[in-house]
Parts: sequence; C-alpha cells; structure tokens
Amino acid sequence: MQVPAHFEYERATSVDHALALLARWGGEARVVAGGHSLIPMMKLRLARPEALIDINDLTELSYLRLAGDELLLGAMTRHADLLASPLVGEHYPILHDAERVIADPIVRNRGTIGGSLCQADPSEDLSAAFAAIDAVAVIRGPSGARTVPVREFHTGPYETVVGPDELLTEIRVPIRPGGGSAYEKVERRVGDWAVAAAGAAIWLDGESAGGAGQPGIVRDVGIGLTAVGASHFHAAEAEASLRGAPATEENFAEAGRLAGAHCEPAADQRGPVDYKRHLASELTVRALRRAAARARGQEA
Amino acid sequence: MTTVETPMGYGSMRRKEDARFIRGRGTYVDDVTLPGMLYGAVLRSPFAHARIVSIDTKAAEAHPKVRAVITGAILDGLKLAWMPTLSYDTQAVLATDKVRFQGQEVAFVVAEDRYAARDALELIDVEYEPLPAVVDARRALDPDAPVIRDDKDGKTDNHIFDWSSGDKDATDRVFSEAEVVVTQDVLYPRVHPAPLETCGAIADFDKVTGKLTIWCNTQAPHAHRTVYAMVAGLPEHKIRIISPDIGGGFGNKVGIYPGYVCAVVGSIVTGRPVKWMEDRSENLMSTSFARDYHMRGEIAATRDGKIRAVRVSVIADHGAFNGTAQPTKFPAGFFHVFTGSYDLEAAHCAVTGVYTNKAPGGVAYACSFRVTEAAYLIERMVDVLAYELGTDPAALRMRNLLRPEQFPYPSPTGWEYDSGDYPRALALAMDIAGYDDLRAEQAAQRERWAAGEVGGTLMGVGISFFTEAVGAGPRKHMDILGLGMADGAELRVHPTGKAVLRISVQSQGQGHETTYAQIVAEELGISPDDIEVVHGDTDQTPFGLGTYGSRSTPVSGAATAVVARKVRERARIVAGAMLEVSPEDLEWEKGRWFVRGDPDQGRTITEIALAAHSSLELPEGVEGHLDATTVYNPPNLTFPFGAYICVVDVDPGTGRVKVRRFVAVDDCGVRINPMIVEGQVHGGLADGIGMALMELIAFDPDGNCLGASFMDYLLPTSMECPSWELGATVTPSPHHPIGAKGVGESATVGSPAAVVNAVLDALKPFGVRHADMPLTPAAVWRAIQGAPLRTDLAIG
Ligand SMILES: Cc1cc2nc3c(=O)[nH]c(=O)nc-3n(C[C@H](O)[C@H](O)[C@H](O)COP(=O)(O)OP(=O)(O)OC[C@H]3O[C@@H](n4cnc5c(N)ncnc54)[C@H](O)[C@@H]3O)c2cc1C
Repeated sequence: MQVPAHFEYERATSVDHALALLARWGGEARVVAGGHSLIPMMKLRLARPEALIDINDLTELSYLRLAGDELLLGAMTRHADLLASPLVGEHYPILHDAERVIADPIVRNRGTIGGSLCQADPSEDLSAAFAAIDAVAVIRGPSGARTVPVREFHTGPYETVVGPDELLTEIRVPIRPGGGSAYEKVERRVGDWAVAAAGAAIWLDGESAGGAGQPGIVRDVGIGLTAVGASHFHAAEAEASLRGAPATEENFAEAGRLAGAHCEPAADQRGPVDYKRHLASELTVRALRRAAARARGQEA
Repeated sequence: MTTVETPMGYGSMRRKEDARFIRGRGTYVDDVTLPGMLYGAVLRSPFAHARIVSIDTKAAEAHPKVRAVITGAILDGLKLAWMPTLSYDTQAVLATDKVRFQGQEVAFVVAEDRYAARDALELIDVEYEPLPAVVDARRALDPDAPVIRDDKDGKTDNHIFDWSSGDKDATDRVFSEAEVVVTQDVLYPRVHPAPLETCGAIADFDKVTGKLTIWCNTQAPHAHRTVYAMVAGLPEHKIRIISPDIGGGFGNKVGIYPGYVCAVVGSIVTGRPVKWMEDRSENLMSTSFARDYHMRGEIAATRDGKIRAVRVSVIADHGAFNGTAQPTKFPAGFFHVFTGSYDLEAAHCAVTGVYTNKAPGGVAYACSFRVTEAAYLIERMVDVLAYELGTDPAALRMRNLLRPEQFPYPSPTGWEYDSGDYPRALALAMDIAGYDDLRAEQAAQRERWAAGEVGGTLMGVGISFFTEAVGAGPRKHMDILGLGMADGAELRVHPTGKAVLRISVQSQGQGHETTYAQIVAEELGISPDDIEVVHGDTDQTPFGLGTYGSRSTPVSGAATAVVARKVRERARIVAGAMLEVSPEDLEWEKGRWFVRGDPDQGRTITEIALAAHSSLELPEGVEGHLDATTVYNPPNLTFPFGAYICVVDVDPGTGRVKVRRFVAVDDCGVRINPMIVEGQVHGGLADGIGMALMELIAFDPDGNCLGASFMDYLLPTSMECPSWELGATVTPSPHHPIGAKGVGESATVGSPAAVVNAVLDALKPFGVRHADMPLTPAAVWRAIQGAPLRTDLAIG
C-alpha cells in the first residue's frame, strides 16, 4: 500500500465556500475532484498539499446543457456523463470518441472534465479535444469570473492559467452547423495514456458538403494533438493549410505532414520521436477523414 | 499407447475454495492483525550503483511513533547483513558497502503504523557516491565494465557462470555440412510476475517460548523454514511458517526477500510482531523478475525443410545478486529443453550468467525453470527458418515433429520425454483454427493491401508448438540448496470416513483444495466434499519443496495418489478382518472392497474406517487406523505439450496489433479437473499476450527502472484478450500414478511465440523476419521501417 504524507481535509459546500477555503490555505491546498490524478500523485508523494478541498458536493458544477449556440459543461461533469450524453454526441462526436478511450470505466465514473483540464498532463485527451473545437474555460476567483480560450489555458506541462485561489467552473463550446468531428488515439493498451492522439473538427461549406460526390470546401477546421508536444495542444499550421481548401485526401495528407512537422514529441517508453511524429501525421489524417465523413453525413 | 480421454471421476466440479473467495472471506497476509503488531517500511536506493558514504538515522529514531531503525551496519553486527540466495550466491539484506540496483534495501523502519513508518523513511539521511552502472547485459563482460560484486574476494569482472549442454562437436559437425543455416538474435526481455497481491510477511518472535512464527505469502513454506533455520541459526522446530491465502505467485513468491528478514529482526529487537507489506512499485522494482535472456539461435536444416541441429548461445542477465531459483546442477534451469518438439540429430547450448545493476531474481513468472525462454527461442527460430525457406510454418513443424512411436524420447540434451502425440495435437489446433481458410483469407487480404486499400490491416497467423519439462524433480538430479525436490503427503481417515489430507505444497490460486480432494476421492471413493485439504502451515503439514515450476500435480499430486493408495491397502486388511476373509481375496471397486466372486459381500470405505477404530479384532501387528504418509520422489519429469495458433490484425499505419483469435490445444496428460485446467490455460494465455505485446522492465542508461508502476508496466486486460478457443488431447504420463503432467505454466510457455509469430507473419510483406518483444505499436512500426527497437533499453 502506498501511503501519502499527512494532509488536512475540508469539504466545500458551495463554489464560494471552496474559494474561501482556497483563500484561507493560501496556495498550500489543492482541490480534489475525481481524485484520479491527484490521489495517485499524493500516494507517490509527488504531490504533498497541506490540505485537500473536496469539491465533490458541488453538484451545481455537474451539468451538460445547451444555452443559445453554446454547449455548457460544468467542471464537475464526470467523464462517464460526457460519454453518455446524446446532446454531446449529436454536436461533438469528437468528445465521445475521446471519452471512449480515456482510461477505463472505473476512472471515467469518477474523473471529471475539470480535473482533466486542470491536471494539464501533456497526454490528457480532453485538452486536445477541447482545443480542436475551440472551447472556452470559465474560471472563478475571489474577484469573480473570467473566461480563457482552452487554446490559452495551458501554460506548460502540468501548468494552467488557473490561480491557486481560483476554480475552473465551466467549459463552453460554440455550436456551429455543417461540422463533423472525430478523435483518433493510439495507446499501448486499453486504458493507457496516449502514445499520440489527434482530434479534428471540420466545417464544410454548406452547399457542397456531401453533394454529388464533392469533397466540400473547408470553411473552418480545428486540429488538436495529444502527447506530442504540440503548442497548446493544437496544430495551427495544419489548420491554416486547410482553411478555404477542398476537403480532399491530398489536402488532409498535407495537413497531416504539417502537424507532424510542427510538434515536439519527446521519446519515452511509449515510443521514439520519429514514431510519435509519424503518429501525429497519420492520426491527424485519420481524424480529418472521419470528421469530414461525419460532416457530410456519411458516417455516424 | 493407451489414451484416456475422460477426466477423472469428479471432473469439472466447482472449486471448494471459491465459496470463501467470492464472499471476500479469504485470509491474506495483510488481513492478519496480531495484538501489538508494528509495521515496517524499507528505505530503498534511488541509485542503481553507488557507494554508501554515510547513513544518519537519528531524526528517524526521534520520530515519536518509530520503535526501531535497522541498517546494514546493525545487521552486520548480527552477521545478518548478507544472506545466501537460492543459487549459492549472497545477497545484501540491507546494503553496507554499496547499493547495486535501484530499489535495493538500505534501511528498515519499524513504527506503530504504516504511515509513520513511511514518514520516517524520509527522515533517514543517506549520502551516496554514484558509480557508473552496468545496464546492458551484452556489455557486462567488457573489460572496462564497472565491477558490481567487489564484495566478493578477488572478483574482477561481472561473470557468474558458464554452463552448457548437448554435444558441441556433433552439433558443429552438422552445422558445417548443413545445406541451410539460419541465425537470429532473439531477446526475451525482463518481465515481472506482478501478482495481484504483493509480497509480505509478519514476523512474530515469542521471547518466552523462543518460537518464531512467520506469516508469509510464500509458495514454498517448508523450504523457507529450513533456510531460515540454516541462515539465522534458529532451531527448525522453533520456526513456523504460515502461508495463508495467496493472491498469485507465478514464482515471485518463492524466494526469501530482505524485507522478510528485516521483519524477523524487527520482531526480535522490539519483542512485538512486525508486519511488512511491499507496495506495488517495490514489488515491480525489487522482487524477482523473470527472463532477461539474450539469445542467439542457429538452426541447421536441409533445403527441403528437415531440421537437423540447433545451436544456442545465451547471455543471461541475473541482476546484482544471483538470486535465481534453479535446481543446483542447472544454473540455466531447464533451458536445455530448447530442442523443443523436434527430431534433431544434435543440439548444443552455452549459457553465460552475468551480473548487472538490476534487481536480482530470475526465478519468476511461471518460469518452468527457463522452459519459457527455451520454448520461445525454438518456436521463433522455426518461423525464421520457414521465412528463409519460404515454407508454411505449420507444414514445416508437421514435418519435423517427433512421432508418437519415438516416445519415450531421449533428447540430444539429455532429457527423456515421457510421452506425446505431437502431430495429433497440431492437427487438432489447425482444425479448430480453420488453418487453410485463414491462409486463404490472408492471401486475399494481402492482395487488396498491395493494391492500395485505404485503412487496411494486415492479418497474421502464428503457430507455436511447445514441449515443457516440469515436475522437478528426481532427487538424484535435482535439489535447491541441497534440499531434494520431493514432496510429502499425509492422509488421515476419521472414524466416520471423512478425511484430512495434509500436503507440502501451497496454492496461489491453482485450486489445490479441490483437485487434491478429487485425487483422494477418486482413489478412495469418498466424496471430495468429505476431504479437507490442509496446506501452507509448516506445523501442520509434511515437508516438501512447494508450488512452482508446474510441480504440484506432478510431484505432490502423485504423493497424494500414492498416500491414498496406501490408505486403500490398509483398508483392505481391515476389510478382510471384517469379512473374515484373507485380504488377498478382496477386490476393489471405487469406494469398496468386496470378496472376489461374491460382490455382495463387501464393505465400504466408510464402514471400514469406523471398524478400524472400533473393537474389531485386527490381525496381529495391524494398527487400528487407516492413516498413511508418503514422500514422493518423482522418477522423471513430465513433459506437457501443446499446439497454439494465434491470429492477429496489424494496422501498419500505427503499428497497432489486435489479437483476433487464439486457439490453444493443450496436452497435460490426465485432467483432474478440466475446468481448473482451462482456467490455468486462460490465465497463461493472457500472460502470453501481455509479454508478447506490452510487458517490459527496461532500464535507462543510469540504471533507473522504467517499469516500476502499472502505468509503466502494462498488464493485459480482457480488452486485449480474445475469447479463447481451447482444445485438448490426453496423453497420460506413463510414470505418474494418475498420468497427470501439470499445466500451471503451459500457456505462459507456449503463447508468447504464437503471438509474436503471428505479428511477424503479418509483417511479411514488409520483409520483416524478426522483432523483439514486447511488440508495442512503436516496436511494430519501427520493425516495418527496418529500424527495430532494442526493447530492453530506454527508448532514446
Ligand atoms: C488509470 C488511469 C488511466 C488514465 N488514462 C487517461 C487517459 O487515457 N487519457 C486521459 O486524458 N486521462 C487519463 N487519466 C486521467 C483521468 O482522466 C484524470 O485523472 C481525471 O480525469 C482527472 O480528473 P479528476 O477529476 O480525477 O481530477 P483530480 O485528480 O481530482 O484533480 C487533478 C488536478 O486538477 C485540479 N482540479 C480538479 N478540479 C479542479 C477545478 N474544478 N478547478 C481547479 N482545479 C481543479 C486538482 O487540484 C488537481 O491538481 C487516467 C487516470 C487513471 C487513474
């Protein structure tokens, strides 16, 4: 049995209470959501907060709903709830694709989407998925709420813009018609973190999308990359190459090439650099292919 | 040869032990809490190789909940800083001079609770002077390699042993004249048994009685008792080892670990029981690993595919201390069964053991004493030969398999294979798999793929035909630390005809409480439910060497049958007295002796048991009971075999492998409980997929262990395993009392080669002949690129 160092435990009853507790502990406390990242780190004594502030009673942060042209996801939404939501599946199948390959049912039952983003592990699947669909994070602190695009949320490995006295409360995703999205991941074993993964969301020009065998013109596209050292979890150059271009295999291949060329993977036991770079390309192409097929209504 | 196709009487009865396991009522070491018990924790080395400059324990000792801090220096004073290994080497209990692998035991804290013990570890201040580490086994004997074992007088290199088997000259002669010779370097990388329950012990030394009781999840309680007695100088009758329920062993729980010795010392020092349970990382980092064989195989053959000879050389990485558990005469275990299932003119192997700055061991993981490495090598080599000759690997095997009439077969490396019908097993496996259809499907698919199909996968079909040597073993040839590899059994029959069987081996999940009851039930004709099997407590059971190397059924199972037959013969005498006839005039049918020619005149075993303890007048010299004891010294090993076929789909764009099907035909002789046999096979097949595709303990250039958690050491899950397709043939062992051969390791031995062969079969269109395990997506993709990974080293 691995045992953590001594810590105090507080149970927050509301977002304001949680913020007050954070303020009181002055940076020495950590909030615990699902605990699936934080508790193992504490057991290995890689993390040693003086106090844990449990936010699992904050059911007001657990929701998935449509508001206007935005999908709103509470930070305490469990992976399993995201996976089970037809609303999410209808608008952003990329999130279902990603959730299906995040950990295992036990972790997904408890792990939260807020915890995933705040953990900021370079292999966290949702970071890339939300980057691909250009989500926005809502952060609350002592002086109120602020919003930060997910593409600016991560400041480095295991680091985010969320301050020690702040909470991530919500993720907002804009809903736009004519799109399709998909996520492709390679892992060594079911439940393992990604060797590499790519997510793509693509919006094809309305008229030509799927029409008469036409590939359609890419109105907009987002490409997220996981575990390959892509700046802010996305492939800006690949996206730029596709915008306004026909959604063809050749253009996808070029986007894949750019995605692979512009990431900075590190070698580890999951694979060497050349392989990860190859995967960044290959999986970008596959994700684009599937996202486009979905945009054209050719695939569920 | 006679073939018995039916299992024994009670067949696939449900496991008696499961009633408690499925209710969560098993008792594992960590479930045991003794009054006044303290908890131990081990401080481990962060370095693979470093000199210890100083150790300061003052702050730890000052912790209010700490009761003792033990260091190598303290143990040295008790002459306990070093302990013997099972291979006549020495291993540091707590380091005194140097640390020699990352995770090595440096100090032991005893405290009032687990948390305090763990906290106090951080209060111990150790100053190290790091030294260069020996990581690559292939460089361990380089002249400039740092000397790891400078504790040994005059040691100037990292050499442990050279060992060879077979006729070198005859083998070289065949090679020099052979039409075809293929050579391949094959690595069986370091893996770990990773049992669900980690290792642990509670030591309880009673100062008043002088009795030391050790609760420990050991696979070999009697061997532990004797070794403790010999090492610590404690009288053996004052040592009691209790091995309660065990959550998996796979060889990991054979040896004596420093933590156990520290718990004993801790109990002696504090006068209170001390529990030590390692955590997952400690288990993966410091306890017995498996494999780590760097092999070069060569096959000599004719151009039309007759295999003539096999030659092998091996560098065996034994880590920092030679802690492998092999029979004394065989430092490379039974590796010389590498000739496999084939009819050869000659064979030779040479094995060199080396020290490296890695955890010691090598006993472990369904090891069958290195049979796993041997089976993997030959089965990989046969596929390499098929690749070079352009022949079908099934046909090549069929052509070279030993024929039934060749048994008992004297192998070129000195074994006598007891029995087998190999072609029948392979034919059955091919039949279940639909081999020809698979090849047709593959051909069609390769054509589509070559034509540029988008997103296509490549299928591969892999075969492995293995022969194991298990059930060690005849005392004449086999001992561990001088203890012959026999096992005892005692059988008592109570007056009401219920029985208690006491055996020397201990189950780690194999279902002994059921199978051994079934053996007695079969021999005596009483219900298995009426037979209690007692095991795991050295005060309650006869001496014997324990459960590993698939030896329980071949040795202890034989002892059980023999002791039951002794009881039966005693019952015959009593029945004769009851029926007032001569025992010679009685005949046995299951459960009953009756008068020959007058079947109505008979007595059941229950009636006889009561009579034996009654006022019945017994013949002169016959004691009034049915009890018996025996020690079984096997005349030979047993040789289980099997034919496995694996079908995989490989995504060449990502290197991902999906195991689509797995057909396993096992012949383990007579099956006592076919359900339990199949369970053993299921587990072993999953193991095989794990080793072939993901399990690995690699090291970085500084000797840091890269597989020290389940995030890094990947075990397969149900998602990686197909629905197993099992088949069986039954070729009884002619020398085992009930014809059984043992099956605990068969699937672990046989399956890795089938999976690897399947993946490489899929990669044939890329001209890939070989790649080393584990075939992770990266390894597969790199093999396709023609730049294979060296899997035992860190990926750079
Ligand atoms: C075996 C296993 C396998 C896994 N595999 C994958 C995988 O394949 N892909 C993947 O993406 N992830 C994987 N994960 C990670 C898993 O998805 C995350 O652990 C989990 O989602 C993190 O969420 P949590 O709620 O458990 O966070 P916690 O562990 O509770 O917290 C993580 C961090 O975020 C902070 N935090 C949490 N919520 C907030 C908030 N609302 N505001 C501010 N800070 C907050 C915490 O203080 C902590 O620092 C795996 C985890 C395990 C245990």
